[in-house]
Amino acid sequence: MIYFDNSSTTKPLQEVAESFQTVSEQYYGNTSSAHQFGLDAEKLLRKSSQQAGQLLGVGEDEIIFTSGGTEGNNLAIKGVALAYQNRGKHVITTAIEHPSVLESVRSLEALGFEVTVLPVGESGVLDVDAVSDALREDTILVSVMHVNNELGTIQPIKAIGQLLKNRAHTFFHVDMVQSFGKIDLSLNDCSVDLATISGHKIHGIKGTGLLFARKGIRLFPLFHGGGQQNDRRSGTENLGGIVSLVKAMRVMTEQKMHHPDHFRNLNHLMRIELESMDHVIINTMNDQADHILNFSIPHFKPEVVLHALEKRNIFVSTKSACASKKEEESPVLKAIGLPRNRTTSSIRVSFSYQNTEGEVELFTRALKKVIQELNKVMG
Amino acid sequence: MLYDHLLIRYGELALKDKNRKKFINQLHENVRHQLKDFPDAKVKSNRDRMMIELNGVAPSPIIERCQYIFGIQTFSLAIKSDSEEMAIKRAALFALNEADSVQTFKVTTKRANKSFPIGSQDFNYIIGSHLLKNTENIKVDVHQPDLEIHIDIRNDATYVTSERYQGMGGLPVGSSGKTLLLLSGGIDSPVAGYLAMRRGIKIEAIHFHSPPYTSEGAKQKVYDLAKQLSKYGHAIKIHVVPFTAMQQKIHRDIPFGYSMTVMRRMMLKISEIIAEKQDIKSITTGESLGQVASQTMESMHAINAITNYPIIRPLVTMDKSEIISIAKTIDTYPISIRPYDDCCTVFVPNAPKTKPKKEKVEFFEGELDLEQELNDLLDNIETVSLSPFDSDENEMDSLF
Repeated sequence: MIYFDNSSTTKPLQEVAESFQTVSEQYYGNTSSAHQFGLDAEKLLRKSSQQAGQLLGVGEDEIIFTSGGTEGNNLAIKGVALAYQNRGKHVITTAIEHPSVLESVRSLEALGFEVTVLPVGESGVLDVDAVSDALREDTILVSVMHVNNELGTIQPIKAIGQLLKNRAHTFFHVDMVQSFGKIDLSLNDCSVDLATISGHKIHGIKGTGLLFARKGIRLFPLFHGGGQQNDRRSGTENLGGIVSLVKAMRVMTEQKMHHPDHFRNLNHLMRIELESMDHVIINTMNDQADHILNFSIPHFKPEVVLHALEKRNIFVSTKSACASKKEEESPVLKAIGLPRNRTTSSIRVSFSYQNTEGEVELFTRALKKVIQELNKVMG
Repeated sequence: MLYDHLLIRYGELALKDKNRKKFINQLHENVRHQLKDFPDAKVKSNRDRMMIELNGVAPSPIIERCQYIFGIQTFSLAIKSDSEEMAIKRAALFALNEADSVQTFKVTTKRANKSFPIGSQDFNYIIGSHLLKNTENIKVDVHQPDLEIHIDIRNDATYVTSERYQGMGGLPVGSSGKTLLLLSGGIDSPVAGYLAMRRGIKIEAIHFHSPPYTSEGAKQKVYDLAKQLSKYGHAIKIHVVPFTAMQQKIHRDIPFGYSMTVMRRMMLKISEIIAEKQDIKSITTGESLGQVASQTMESMHAINAITNYPIIRPLVTMDKSEIISIAKTIDTYPISIRPYDDCCTVFVPNAPKTKPKKEKVEFFEGELDLEQELNDLLDNIETVSLSPFDSDENEMDSLF
């Protein structure tokens, strides 16, 4: 089996699953309990925050463990907006964000917020001047993703951070779900105030994730209750999930350090092959994230290609998985101005550290065959 | 090329001529102890400095560890080179290139090996010119350079060093004897322990535990504090004293305003007994003048009178803000503020005497027979040893 759909989700690493199991079996105390069992759990929770903070270069008290990317994005956006609405009611984001950002932002409109959704140009990369132009006196939040999930474009986080650095009343949120462990981003150097990470995109377990929120930032909680995690996210902590998340983060960080060229090599190899194929047009530009490669085969319905590959035990994605059951244009490809025959026929390949060059070769060989066969049927 | 050595310059101990050898041996032992999980790194010391041979160990964890060792003034990474001009030039250029954001530099040569054919001044010039030729936008400044490159030509070899890291100063732990630290779990006592250690004192700790009034959490807090402190020296022994029965009796039988004073005196008395048993010659507390009722001048006088042991109070004249700032630097603060009561806060009367009379205290105490409680608690002291390399810790750490 060749699994090239790692931006949808990844297979949990064995050691990550083992950590989850050990913690679930041996440290099941409630972190709020006063007895030894609870104290051990609390200690483990604290260690998790410390380790996660260390990996991100931030403080342990700046980590909020969540159920994943969607919660992290919701908490960042609604949490800031509701806590600081007396300062201003204007929020800026981009047209190519994940639905959990776009829909969160839209939900604020009902509460009287004004939202600016910035378009991205043909490059798929946000123009920093556009952010600068959109900023207003009452802008309290700018939310921009680091790496786009569908296309793999890298957004100019550092430049936006510079722009916002001296605006004490505007917070900067970055959705890092697709980039953590693959593309470096220093939260400090880029002046990021909030950042979302999801566990299951980095070989962790589903239902895990974290939000980084810089010290001093108030968040109106999504969940009220027992006041866990410094009153920012009530609910008994999912300690097994939390420990396994931090383990996955560590493994990803190490993989990145030891194999800095892994994705570049896979990407180059696949690009060369795809470029030589008839009917295939690559949508992801050069110099973007190497672990995501998006291309269109305008002649064929992408689902047909997907299933033909699936028969050969190869798994890819059409559009982004969350929305892929609807037969529609890809909003992201549409946003960068591609013609309809490309926005409705895109296929996304996304790599993990487990993928090999051999798999890329097998894939391209299989894709060629699929196109030939489909050509016979339809041609 | 790589940095292959770490040069350690001694702190104040260089001044203490008679004890010098003892200090150096202690520091040597402490450095070896800190680096024991890096068996390849070898420590060598002589009269005026210490050298760690890295033997392939990455320098950054070693640098980090050295920042926990008292008795080190400064330290630097060093390159060992042949005492030969070309080799020294290469090493000096490497050191300059490795340093961050340098605009000006200076070369200082020390020539202990007088058979080296070139004089120090001339050699400074030769190396300086070589560096200027091989770099861009970097100048010489002999008065206030960003970086000073030291070339130490010795009989065995030449050592080239540049950036200096600030050490902790102080005296090597163990060189000034041992003390028994009253460790409560609050902010002050760990800072007092740290400062005592900085002065070369090895510590054991005593903790008064009053279950069920104080929780396991309070005890764990103290263990974690001791563990944090042990990073600056050796494993720390904690004597946990079951204090409940005695505290209850004091609370019941001593007039209200005086119970706290008597309780404190009993703590000192018990500490003295344990200190004597452990061959420890002093007691250390985190008292700071005026902070609470037990820490007024009158209280200290009345409480202190029960023991003849010297009581070291490193914080006695410090402001709370200074203490907190030290607690934050040594990472005990986040542990101390965990919300568990210690035994001192459990039975606190509403209005403890801020000016207790020693004679009155002694009178009330004389009326009270605590013999039984004292013997019981001495029989039931639990002693644990804590170090940063604990096994239950490893078990948890392996999960990440």
